Amino acid sequence: MNKSYFEIIRAGIHTTFQDKGRNNLYHIGIPFSGAMDNRNFLLANKLVGNKLDLPVIEFAYQGPLIKFNGDKTSIVITGDVIFKLRKKDNEIDGKCYQTYQLENGDEIDILSTNRSVYGYLAISGEFDIRSQWGSYSINTKANIGSNDGKKLDNNQIINISKINLNQDKKKINYFNSKIENIRVIKGTNFNYFSEEGKKLFFEKEFTVSKLSDRMGMRLEGPVIENIVNTNIKSEGLLKGVIQVPADGNPIIMLSDHGTIGGYPKIGVVVGADYDRLVQLSPGSKIKFKEIELSAAETLFKLYEMETQNLISQI
Amino acid sequence: MIKYISNLGDAALYCDFGIEVNKQVNSEVIKYFHTIKKKDIEGIINLTPSYNKLIISYDLRVTNFKEVEDKIKNLEINETEKINNKTLQIPVCCDASFSLDMERLEKKLNLDKEKILENFFNKEYFCYMTGFIAGMPFLGDLDENMRAQRLETPRVKVPKGSVGLTEQFSNIYTFESPGGWNIIGNTPLEVFDSSKEKDPNLINPGDIIIFKQITLDKYNNYNE
Repeated sequence: MNKSYFEIIRAGIHTTFQDKGRNNLYHIGIPFSGAMDNRNFLLANKLVGNKLDLPVIEFAYQGPLIKFNGDKTSIVITGDVIFKLRKKDNEIDGKCYQTYQLENGDEIDILSTNRSVYGYLAISGEFDIRSQWGSYSINTKANIGSNDGKKLDNNQIINISKINLNQDKKKINYFNSKIENIRVIKGTNFNYFSEEGKKLFFEKEFTVSKLSDRMGMRLEGPVIENIVNTNIKSEGLLKGVIQVPADGNPIIMLSDHGTIGGYPKIGVVVGADYDRLVQLSPGSKIKFKEIELSAAETLFKLYEMETQNLISQI
Repeated sequence: MIKYISNLGDAALYCDFGIEVNKQVNSEVIKYFHTIKKKDIEGIINLTPSYNKLIISYDLRVTNFKEVEDKIKNLEINETEKINNKTLQIPVCCDASFSLDMERLEKKLNLDKEKILENFFNKEYFCYMTGFIAGMPFLGDLDENMRAQRLETPRVKVPKGSVGLTEQFSNIYTFESPGGWNIIGNTPLEVFDSSKEKDPNLINPGDIIIFKQITLDKYNNYNE
């Protein structure tokens, strides 16, 4: 058995290890983190025959160029991703949701995500990395998690501690549908906003701004007027919470969000729409649609059932 | 007592303890926080206590709003239970190289540096909550004449260890981070130790903090 490892020739824009996230630490200021698109994270692990909670490589926009050294194994990429697999004597245009055999010297070149933001690379085996507070997920803003809390760097070596040999080829047909209407439950400060502001919030289109990352998604569009107070007493935040600061432009909290904030909350994105929300790249147009709690709970059950169905097909 | 409970999105309970921000209201929040944490209720994945609110988030795969709400409404809070709160001394150096906003504070508060430091160090502080960034404590209350607004334009980088003031509160930047608080000094103490798997933060809600002024020489030779 050779020692197996990934050589990161080009790290890409924001490449990190992510898993299911960290629980029970909001009260000391540590966010949930974890894979932004949970469904694609789970599918990646399942396709390569891993336990579903193992960490995978998450990338955003341009992904890494990786050279593999070691024993034969298999990999998969999930999301909507353009990538190539370079073998000794040929080059393959990669397809997502389909496993590929990886041999000593092969290169995986993840060129970019396609009209989306995040993609996932899983290997049949385990990376030799350290967890922190029950998760391998990296939060680069707070330097928490594996790889010393930093994103992957050019020329870095990632050791693979365990390889599962003789993986069968696995494949599913799955398309990431694009979401335009984001369903939202009214927030706890909904009444801080003018009648006109509330109307605009649910009727007009917003554009995802370039200033979006794993912490939050900033939106541009009609200015939402606050008629009560542009600050509240600082209180807890959650992923999906939509805050409107004094400038009237909404910000949606994403997985690495600060745990406490003092801007009024106009709404909260429902759990069923979160995976597709985070995949909206800058320039995408979205509209918010108001729904009730009971409807959101039903939608989440359906979304979860769909995910489980996909997993059981593999 | 919780004044009312509502939902925050589809996976959290928003418990409101009243509009006032004071130690008494916050102590109630902390009492609930400790009781719920200890109970380890199935499906609850995070608790965020703040001045006058407690947000309880849960895994929608395991439970739902109604179930968690019922459990919280029927929760028995042990009024007599002693929460193990500590009194901690935090060394702070207010050398000019650390007190980045002293001039601004002198103007805004109409007090001179000596008076500002005298007021600041001559008090015990209560930790209302920790968060925003990992381990950052929100401590109160500053005297009425010590209350200043945030900087008009927040700093892109506030140095690690900085001690800041805003309105009735003081805080400590556990990491270098963006921020808009008025910085009056810096502590050499590691307030958040990310190498600890258990209890990485030194200061917890309910703790009492006493700031102690130290010289630059002592700061530079500080050993924990």
